[in-house]
Amino acid sequence: MNVPENLKYTEDHEWVKVDGDELIIGITDYAQGELGDVVFVETPFEGDTFEKGESAGTIEAVKTVADVLMPISGTVTAINDALEDTPELLNKDAFGEGWIMKIRPESMESVNHLLDAETYQRLIS
Amino acid sequence: MNKLTPFHKYHLKANAKMVPFAGYEMPIQYEGIVKEHLAVRSSAGLFDVSHMGEIWVEGVEFLEFTQFLTMNNVRALNIGQVQYSAMCYEDGGIVDDLLVYRFESKILLVVNASNLDKDWAHMLDLAKSYDVKLTNISDDTALLALQGPDTKDIMQELVSDNLESLSFYHFIETSIDGIPVILSRTGYTGEHGYEIYHSKNDSDVIWSRIYADKNEDKITLVGLGARDTLRIEMKYCLYGNDIDATTSPLEAKIQWACDLYGEEFLGQKALQGQKENKVKRFLVAFKMLERGLPRQGYEVFCDNVQMGVVTSGGQSPSLGLGIGIAYINAPFHKIGATIYLIIRGKKLRAEIIKPPFVPSNTN
Repeated sequence: MNVPENLKYTEDHEWVKVDGDELIIGITDYAQGELGDVVFVETPFEGDTFEKGESAGTIEAVKTVADVLMPISGTVTAINDALEDTPELLNKDAFGEGWIMKIRPESMESVNHLLDAETYQRLIS
Repeated sequence: MNKLTPFHKYHLKANAKMVPFAGYEMPIQYEGIVKEHLAVRSSAGLFDVSHMGEIWVEGVEFLEFTQFLTMNNVRALNIGQVQYSAMCYEDGGIVDDLLVYRFESKILLVVNASNLDKDWAHMLDLAKSYDVKLTNISDDTALLALQGPDTKDIMQELVSDNLESLSFYHFIETSIDGIPVILSRTGYTGEHGYEIYHSKNDSDVIWSRIYADKNEDKITLVGLGARDTLRIEMKYCLYGNDIDATTSPLEAKIQWACDLYGEEFLGQKALQGQKENKVKRFLVAFKMLERGLPRQGYEVFCDNVQMGVVTSGGQSPSLGLGIGIAYINAPFHKIGATIYLIIRGKKLRAEIIKPPFVPSNTN
């Protein structure tokens, strides 16, 4: 299972990438495999603020639906518009073109409390 | 410990995602539900449905018994014909939906795997009053469904019978490479197709002849996930979702398979009463007019009042939009009516349509 070393992870199968003073958020390759064909991603709006653990969006697959849970409290600064027309990017490239949103975290220090790649790999194996 | 079908090793070899279902470990998908779904609509797909239950009804009163057990007109069946039907409780609730196969001096009943134990007990109970012998052959019987527009050519290469003369909802007893099979022009996809019943001891040969020997590039393996999306596009009922002991065949709109005023069957009187008192709700097909996917259990509103609930739903791979099946209270169930689904707090518009969602191509 593909688990890039340079990312942080949550137990809810999201990944987080530090990008300057912002964070890029998506779901892991493992998560997309479990969901199956993604057909619709309901993203939040720029400027929306969410607490850690709150649902910031939903991913509808053919058979099931999953929440995008906020890994860290913060404000949405960008969303991946490409998902509107090509939600299957989540299946094809979960760690790349299938990113979901960017946020400005309340505290950058919170990132250190997320799982590292090795721990996440153990979680899903 | 879940049971395994005789094709289990082939599912693993094909990297299927396996899930527990009705006491079996079954493939939910291989390469992806959408791809598998579209393969059945455009070419050919192969399903392992060996979990289904099969029961022989034999003995002097095999017709009388089946007539009382099931709601359709069994006496109208010709030898070699299949009938969709259901078994009801005395109050008109549904025990299970099933297929009835008419042989010369016996009948084969094919029931849902998840209901097999309950169905078997129900049948044994009713059989006490009849001179019949029931045999549950489910554990010895394997079943493949080959579905899609290309399946006639594929199947014709495997049997010596002329398949042009095998009509929809008919069957023949024939052989594939010397192995006896019941070859049935049935399926739950809305496509031209076959179901192949055989002894599970012969499953390796059957799998090779139908799929592995030379048809791997013509046939896509299809799991339970696409089986569900395919049947929803036809608005075919799934027991446990759309029908159960609390719903009646009239509500579910499968009254076309119910001989309401014919020879007596269990539950007939209750259903006649329902009909006379007007049926209060109906199972309808609807499509989303706004972006959102309906799921089982979602509430349906009409005129700001809850008027129903979704029983099956999801994305239609053929149409690329959300579709569903729901019970809606009369008189809000009419085709063309606008209904509202509550999806995560939002009220989204949908329209009741005349099923199926995509044209059926069973001929």
